[in-house]
Amino acid sequence: MADITQLEAFVTQVRRDIVRQVHKVNSGHPGGSLGCAEFLVALYQQVLKRKEGFNMDGDQEDIFFLSNGHISPVFYSVLARSGYFPVEELNTFRLLNSRLQGHPTTHEGLPGIRIASGSLGQGISVAIGAAAAKKLNNDKHLVYALCGDGELQEGQNWEAIMYGAGNKVDNLIVAVDLNGQQIDGSTDTVLPLGNVKGKFEAFGWEVVTIEKGNDIQAILEGMETAKTKTGQGKPICVLLQTVMGNGVDFMMHTHAWHGKAPNDEQLASALAQNPETLGDY
Amino acid sequence: MKIYTDTGKKDTRSGFGAGLTELGKTNENVVALCADLTGSLKMDAFKENHPQRFFQVGIAEANMMGMAAGLTIGGKIPFTGTFANFSTGRVYDQIRQSIAYSGKNVKICASHAGVTLGEDGATHQILEDIGLMKMLPSMTVINTCDYNQTKAATIALADHNGPVYLRFGRPKVANFTPENGPFTIGKAVELQEGTDVTIIATGHLVWEALEACKTLQEQGISAGVINIHTIKPLDAAAILKSVAITGCVVTAEEHNYLGGLGESVSRILAENNPVPQEFVATKDTFGESGTPDQLMDKYGLNAAAIVKAATKVVARK
Repeated sequence: MADITQLEAFVTQVRRDIVRQVHKVNSGHPGGSLGCAEFLVALYQQVLKRKEGFNMDGDQEDIFFLSNGHISPVFYSVLARSGYFPVEELNTFRLLNSRLQGHPTTHEGLPGIRIASGSLGQGISVAIGAAAAKKLNNDKHLVYALCGDGELQEGQNWEAIMYGAGNKVDNLIVAVDLNGQQIDGSTDTVLPLGNVKGKFEAFGWEVVTIEKGNDIQAILEGMETAKTKTGQGKPICVLLQTVMGNGVDFMMHTHAWHGKAPNDEQLASALAQNPETLGDY
Repeated sequence: MKIYTDTGKKDTRSGFGAGLTELGKTNENVVALCADLTGSLKMDAFKENHPQRFFQVGIAEANMMGMAAGLTIGGKIPFTGTFANFSTGRVYDQIRQSIAYSGKNVKICASHAGVTLGEDGATHQILEDIGLMKMLPSMTVINTCDYNQTKAATIALADHNGPVYLRFGRPKVANFTPENGPFTIGKAVELQEGTDVTIIATGHLVWEALEACKTLQEQGISAGVINIHTIKPLDAAAILKSVAITGCVVTAEEHNYLGGLGESVSRILAENNPVPQEFVATKDTFGESGTPDQLMDKYGLNAAAIVKAATKVVARK
C-alpha cells in the first residue's frame, strides 16, 4: 500500500503526462484531466481491488468506467502507470493508428478500457449493467464510474439514476467531478445544475461529498466512507469537488483549458511546476 | 414451382417470445431487458421463468441500451425488447457508442416494425430502422418473415458473438417456414427458382412474394423468390446466382426505399451485374393510422404491388 507522499508523487508525474500528451498533438482536454488526477491515482493505486492483467469481464475484481471520456489523457496516464500497457505508448496519444484514441475505446484493444466513451451521459447506465452482471455472477466486487458535472445535463443519466435507486443497485459507486465548468463557461451560466446532492438524494441515492477533491487523503477517506455504504440497498454517489486544471496555475479555476493544448512556453511552465518523479515516457 | 402452406397465421413477435423462452431454459447467460412493453414483446414467459435474469427498465430506452452493454461485461448475453422505433432512432447514439463501437454482444430485438403496426400511426411506425442499423459498422441486421423463422433466428442469436438488430412485427401473418428449421445468419433462402425475374424479399413481404409468384406464373412469368432474412451481411452470392439467370430484380420490404434492403441489393448489382431493378417499398414517406392490410395496400406493399413491379421490370430488360 502506497503512502500519501508516494501517491502525491504519482500525481505529479501524471500531470506531466497529461500536459505532454496534449501539447504534442496540440489537442485534447487537459483541464478536466488535471482536476481528476488525484482521484484516478487514488482509485487505481489504492481503492480498486484489481487483479493482475486485464480481462474484459473483470470477474472477481472491482471495475471502473470513465463516462466523461474526454479526460482520456489522465485515464491513459494512470492506466499505463498502473501496468495496463507500456508507458511509452503515451507517445502515441491521438496519433494515426494508435490505441490511444482521442476518446477511450475498446475498439483498438487497449487494456484497461471496457467501454467506449466520449458521447456523454452513457457511463452510469453501462456501470449499472455491469453491476447487475456482478450480482448475477455472485461476484461481491464493486463497480465504480466517474462522470462530469456538466455531463449531468444529459437526460440518460437521470434514467439511470432512477433505475439505480429503484432497483437497489448497491454495488455501485458513481463519482461526479464537480468542477463547475464546461466548454462554454461555468455550469451556472450554461445550464445550472442546481442542488446536485439534493437531486441524487431525492432520487434515492446515498451521497458522500468529498470537499477536497484534489487532496489524496480526503479522497481516500471519502471513498472508504462510500465503500462502507455499499450493500445496503442504495447506489452511492460521491460528489468530488475539484478544481479544473489543478496543479498547473494558469489552467486553474477557468473553463478556458477544457479542450485546449498548451504552447511550448506554457508547457515549460506546467512542467516546471510539476517536477519529474517516476520518469517521463 | 414449390408449394408453401400457411400452417396458421401467427405474429412474428410471438416467435421471438417463444425463442427467448427456449433460450431461457438452455442458456443461463441469456438475460432480457424490456422498456415497459413486456406483453407486446411476448417476454412474459421469460420474465416468469427467470425473474433474476429479466430487467424491467421502465420507459427509459437509452438507459436500457447502456445497461445491456454493461451486462455483457461479465459474460451475459442481453436481449433488449421494445418497439422498433424505440429500439433504433430513439437510442441511436447509445447503440452506436456503447454497443456497436464498443463491440458488445447485445441483441436488439425490435417489434412493431413498419406500417403493419397499424392504428397507432406514424409516430410508432418506423420505416427507417433497417437503414439506421445497417449503417453501423459491425452491426448484423436481420428481418424475419414468419413465426417459425423468428423463433429460429432468436435462438441462433445466442450463439453469434456480436451486436445484432432483429426486426419483427405485430400482425398475425402466414406461418410457412419449417418448424424448428435451421437458421444461418447471413445465408439467404431460395424459396422459388425462376428464369424471368428474381424477387428478393424480407420480413412480411416474403409471403407476399410467394403469392405474387403464383400470379406471375399464371401470366407466363417465371419468378424466383429469395428470402433475405439477413440484410447485413447480405448474401451476395445467392442474389447474383439467381440474377445471372433472370437478368432483373424486384426487391420487396416494409421499409423506406432509401436505406433499405433494396439499396443494399442495388449496390451488389452495381458492383457485379447491373440489371434493371424495381423497388416495392415505401417511397420516402411516413405511415399513418389504418389496419395493417389497408396500409400495406395503400403503400404498395403486397402481392399485387410485387406483381406490378415484376411485370414492369421484365419489360425493362
